[in-house]
Amino acid sequence: MSHTTTATLAAEHITLAHGQFTVAENLSIRLPPEKVTAIVGPNGCGKSTLLNGLARIHKPRSGSVLLDGKDIHRLPSKDVARKLALLPQDNSAPEGLTVADLVRFGRQPHQGWMKQWSVEDQQAFEAAIRAADVSDLSERALDTLSGGQRQRAWIAMAVAQQTPLLLLDEPTSALDLGHQIEVFELIRTLSQQGKTIAMVVHDLASACRYADHMIAMKAGEVIEEGAPAHIVSPELVRELYGVQCDLIPDPSTGSPLLVNVRRCT
Amino acid sequence: MLIVLASLLYGAGPVSAAQAFSALTGDGTSDATFVVTELRLPRTLIAMTTGLALGLAGALLQSMTRNPLAEPGLLGVSAGSGFAVALAILLGATTTTLTTLVAQAGALAGCALVIATTRVQGLGNDPVRLILAGATMTGLLLALTSMMMLMDQRAADEIRFWITGSVAGKPLAILKATLPSIVLALTLIVLVARPLAAMALGEKAALGLGHHPGRIRFLITITVALLVGSATALAGPLIFVGLVVPFIARAFSGPDIRKTLWLCVPVGPAVVLGADVISRLVAAPAEMPLGVVTALIGAPVLLTIVRSGRMPSL
Repeated sequence: MSHTTTATLAAEHITLAHGQFTVAENLSIRLPPEKVTAIVGPNGCGKSTLLNGLARIHKPRSGSVLLDGKDIHRLPSKDVARKLALLPQDNSAPEGLTVADLVRFGRQPHQGWMKQWSVEDQQAFEAAIRAADVSDLSERALDTLSGGQRQRAWIAMAVAQQTPLLLLDEPTSALDLGHQIEVFELIRTLSQQGKTIAMVVHDLASACRYADHMIAMKAGEVIEEGAPAHIVSPELVRELYGVQCDLIPDPSTGSPLLVNVRRCT
Repeated sequence: MLIVLASLLYGAGPVSAAQAFSALTGDGTSDATFVVTELRLPRTLIAMTTGLALGLAGALLQSMTRNPLAEPGLLGVSAGSGFAVALAILLGATTTTLTTLVAQAGALAGCALVIATTRVQGLGNDPVRLILAGATMTGLLLALTSMMMLMDQRAADEIRFWITGSVAGKPLAILKATLPSIVLALTLIVLVARPLAAMALGEKAALGLGHHPGRIRFLITITVALLVGSATALAGPLIFVGLVVPFIARAFSGPDIRKTLWLCVPVGPAVVLGADVISRLVAAPAEMPLGVVTALIGAPVLLTIVRSGRMPSL
């Protein structure tokens, strides 16, 4: 897949709040280009809020999110949608909507009043279907698919947007192990093809396995940031989740593997 | 087409279908020509416009609230509009333009309330509870309308004429008065159709695709108010039309709201006109009010949808 553009996404001193309640204060992060970044942390640490902040869904109270150096909230939403695709957690689709229908929605940021479905749209559509490996499913209704297949279809929609950036909010949260692997491997493939990806991941083990870069959050603060092999330690795991564990390198990939996880004594 | 022909051929008055047909082809008696062109033609046009407006309004409301039961009549949008008209009549309003504007203002208030209601946590996710809230509001507004009818005998007669819903004996002038609103509403629908389709994927997903959910919601609210207000000005607060028309359209269009809206264009007029023809024939030579016929057709459809066990999710 070709990306004619790359884009950078960074948060500078952002404060995110839900009404009166401040979720995160003065956060600054930068997504490493063409890498997979995993945002991890315990429930309620603000990781989804941070992702929503990066995706311009949640407007920061102060500070700014910069897309290619420009304040994302000052850019036309449609322009942003050509650079940044989003897979929200609480997505839904009307009954009977097919995979092909869904993936076509991904082309909306590239369409206009006068510009209907173009050759370019068709090519991007077909490429996205192939990339997410949903060719055989394209005429199936989403509600007839397995969780993993459905999530791949949603990712195909985001891929059809042909954006250099892709943000995913807990893309595997409701999936069993097999389907999780299916989705994570697709995410890795997309990153190898040049996309910059950030995802909120519930499961630390998967984050270690599939992310190049990790942002560990607790109570609205980034407490550690870097490659999983560098930053994940028994101390970090203890601080994040309040559990004890040992770490060994994964025999096949060298990424940190959590073993002997137990409650703190 | 057949329903249009039937609407012109059959009806009250001492004119047989054969005479009406002659009038249409240009060599009928003067009485027959008068009945067909001056009474039945306007009535036909008004019925069709009403059906178009209510069908589209229902489809838009259902798509936005993601509730297959959302319908202007059941949600109190029509009742709000009817109440505003009744209030205007009580205060002495007569001109058709004023009635249209008042009806639209009432519909706007009703519609805004509905949208606000769906935003209340939990309520929007439960189709039946939203309808209950709408029914409560409809009941309240109808009670207030009845109270106004008791206050003034002259107004009561005119209001009663509105409340049951009818397309008979309305002058073409009222159609002309609503036409700009209908055209404006259709334009807005063309503008908002694509983003509205994306809203079906969830608000965040729509935003991710570069749309503005808040703006879309605002435009839909205005559009529904224009449509329902026009329909109420034309035919009174008809219930169930906004439920039945999108229900039929969706059966053929599938899940894409854009296709559903297109199909509402022929289906809406056909349903209301069909109901109007039935209203003339079923109790001939007298007429059954159109509102009664649509209720008789719509109630079973509502029950079918609710009883089918699984609500189609939009």
